[in-house]
Amino acid sequence: MTRYLLKSILQIVPVLFIISMLVFVLVRATGDPVALMLPESATEQDRIEMTEALGLNEPLYVQYGIFISNAIRGDFGISYHYGQQALPLVLERLPASIELAVVSMVISTLIAIPLGILSALKRNSYLDLIISGISVLGKAMPNFWVGIMLILFFSVMLGMFPVSGRGGLENMVLPAFTLGVGLAAQMTRMIRSTMLEILNQDYIRTARSKGIIEAIVVGKHAFRNGLISVVTIMSLQFTSLISGTLITETVFAWPGLGQLLVAAVNNKDMAIIQAAVLIIALLVIVINILTDVVYRLLDPRIKYN
Amino acid sequence: MTSSLLEVKQLKTIFSSENGDVPAVNDISFTVNPGETVAIVGESGCGKSATSLSIMGLITDPGKVIAGEVLFEGSDLLSLSKKKLNRYRGNKMSMIFQEPMTSLNPVFTIGNQISEVIRKHQRVDKETAIKKSIEMLERVGISNASKVIKQFPHQLSGGMRQRVMIAIALACMPKLLIADEPTTALDVTIQAQILDLIKHLSEQQNTGVLLITHDLGVVAEMADRVIVMYAGEIVEETTVAELFDNPKHPYTMGLLGSTPRLEVEQEMLEAIPGVVPDLTEMPSGCPFHPRCKYAIEACKLEKPALIEDFPDHFARCIRAKEGL
Amino acid sequence: MLAKTFEEKQVSTRSASNRKSKLSKTIKLLFNSKTGTVGLFLIILVTCLAVFAPWLTSFDPAQVNPLARLQPPMWMEGGSAEHILGTDNLGRDIWSRIVYGSRISLIIGIGAVLFSGFIGATLGLLAGFYGGWINAIIMRIADAFLAVPTILLMLVFLAVVGPGLRTLIVVIGITSWVPYARVVRGEVLSIKEREFVKAAQAIGAKKKRIIFKHILPNVLSSFIIISGMNVATTIVLEASLSFLGLGVKAPAVSWGGMLSDGRQYVATSWWVATFPGIAITITVLGVIFLGDWLRDILDPRMKMKNG
Repeated sequence: MTRYLLKSILQIVPVLFIISMLVFVLVRATGDPVALMLPESATEQDRIEMTEALGLNEPLYVQYGIFISNAIRGDFGISYHYGQQALPLVLERLPASIELAVVSMVISTLIAIPLGILSALKRNSYLDLIISGISVLGKAMPNFWVGIMLILFFSVMLGMFPVSGRGGLENMVLPAFTLGVGLAAQMTRMIRSTMLEILNQDYIRTARSKGIIEAIVVGKHAFRNGLISVVTIMSLQFTSLISGTLITETVFAWPGLGQLLVAAVNNKDMAIIQAAVLIIALLVIVINILTDVVYRLLDPRIKYN
Repeated sequence: MTSSLLEVKQLKTIFSSENGDVPAVNDISFTVNPGETVAIVGESGCGKSATSLSIMGLITDPGKVIAGEVLFEGSDLLSLSKKKLNRYRGNKMSMIFQEPMTSLNPVFTIGNQISEVIRKHQRVDKETAIKKSIEMLERVGISNASKVIKQFPHQLSGGMRQRVMIAIALACMPKLLIADEPTTALDVTIQAQILDLIKHLSEQQNTGVLLITHDLGVVAEMADRVIVMYAGEIVEETTVAELFDNPKHPYTMGLLGSTPRLEVEQEMLEAIPGVVPDLTEMPSGCPFHPRCKYAIEACKLEKPALIEDFPDHFARCIRAKEGL
Repeated sequence: MLAKTFEEKQVSTRSASNRKSKLSKTIKLLFNSKTGTVGLFLIILVTCLAVFAPWLTSFDPAQVNPLARLQPPMWMEGGSAEHILGTDNLGRDIWSRIVYGSRISLIIGIGAVLFSGFIGATLGLLAGFYGGWINAIIMRIADAFLAVPTILLMLVFLAVVGPGLRTLIVVIGITSWVPYARVVRGEVLSIKEREFVKAAQAIGAKKKRIIFKHILPNVLSSFIIISGMNVATTIVLEASLSFLGLGVKAPAVSWGGMLSDGRQYVATSWWVATFPGIAITITVLGVIFLGDWLRDILDPRMKMKNG
């Protein structure tokens, strides 16, 4: 187990390297950071000093080396929009985003698992048809529009929940459902087809031949195998979850990383973009390793070597 | 009241497909007596597996049992509620499947899977069930049972897994054991061991066995009576000795001809020409006539009935009496 | 020589007639599938909107009219027959914006998918064909692309190059090539291993030619399946980016941009945000249905899997 973990942590390195390179190249391609950072009234002398101070006279690979060594120490430079170190700004926003993401994931799982199983069990029935229909619709509706429609219905018309911001539970409801419903739509479809496949397996027939009731056949024998697939499905969902969070945060003015990042992109605030992208990439990788570990714990067939 | 253990009467099972309903099991009747081993033989696709699954109530969508009775000690399993049927399955009757590699649940330990059936049918606590499971494993010839019980299926060989399946099937001392091609997926040496085991244990417990196989060698070794199936129907039924010595249906003769026999000198192994007909496009008259070398004009006109032309020997062939 | 051309001609006519009967069979299959038919109908509908836009509305979608701000749809009190679906915060006609917006959705949806398919196919070919370190680098880059959510990469790219129609196509293109590359690479590798390629190589035929000859037909169905899914996600992505203010810029009209305006006025004027959302949903639904149907007929294995 430890060996496996070590091995997968080692595998992160090249991926992070490529991402950092990508970010670096793109940022250097943006144009002249000096012009962006200095006021228009700056003199030529100011420009030269600034260029020197930023190390922009060095060859590109040296600049990259500096960028990496700074990044490892957590220094992504100063956000010129906020005039502060970028990393603390990013980390400060992280909890709000994670909170939204986790609650949405829980909601989507709670919706998708029962619906997916139900529609697999009642395959080709009207219930299955309705569930499949809703989940296709859920996939087709862009989730920021769903968010706006939820605001229209629950906030504007019924006045039940606040329109935007973060605070108590009531602030959480609409954004979390917006994100959760979209994820649930995809997940339901995947769980349905996984369960259908599992219910056709020989060991399900064996379980039935033992005379145990159908609820145990499904709840124990099928579900325990399905759980392995659910973990895979959830890890696949994770990237959609992050994209969804970015947009949902904008719809609901949720003060998370997404909002910060979108604003940074609009302002060309490169320090923040670099920090945010690398932090999110790291997060994705860590989650992937974690799901892999859970996967291995659930499936006795997988060995650690 | 009959004294027979299992009595199947006019069983009919269909599979719905886009091209209409396919009768996989068509009007099948037979009996199994306590302690008796009855074999059902035929090529793949003849409906022998569908018959066994119908008896166990394991036919799933798109298949459906549409007619007949399955009398187990006199009560009709087909008309029982699911709850009542479950008191029989795994308990008074149980089944071993063809694929030991996939028939055990990969994510539960062997112990879990054996004790599950014991706990379901014999209100015992967990420890007793585990103890009984170990006993069962030992009875099926697994020596290090207390270790195996903690293992997962993927850690065992095919032969071991099939022993585990037998242990599960026999854990509650069933009166009827249905074995659907129990050795097809196994090595030849393992095959003999598994067959011996089934034979030995069923004799010990006076279990009736319904053995589904395509292998006449297995039939000769195991069975008391034989049912030959072709295209969803019984074409011949008799005792094992009579069948081998005196087959009446050309299909049975073909099957015997295509099986190597050591005791009889044969010039050549003869394969039956053609294939089992598509069940959606059955030929007129006798379903076997297109492949039958004894077919005459009359065979194409009317489907023959299953007739007892000789004592305790039934055949579905109009020319059976001619002694082909 | 002559004999050969004659034979080739025969082969080609045979395959042409085969293709024809295959086509009619495919069309029959399409109408057998209810969702496939619905999908086709929806796609035709949206395509008609895009193609015949000038005939479907008399308004310039970018025309600002401060006197007609936030007018409700015609069937509501205060609405007029002039603006069927009402007007937005700048007095622009929503119906005409939806009609013209379909162009952006389709252009980007199709353009970006073609572009990413091209990149993916090229990189996949390179990786599969040359193997070695080229393969290693390309596949590691693919891993890195997969590790980062697509939208994140897009944000970075967009921050660098700035929004716009062409940028959007390019950016979506270079961030979603990975599945194509994998399919092509896998196909090249499996073809490389096949007997006839080895045999042809042994008699001195060019491996390159053989592989190219066999790759296209083999990856075509996977390509169509992936593209079907990609067009749907791309349309949503474009809308999302435009919603975030990073998509196409005015005067071009995007449904996502309309939603962004609508978000601000949702409390008073529901119609501004509602109709473009419906338009996106209908379009994406059409693509999903058609894509599912394509997957079902092109890949029987997948069909069985999904029951």
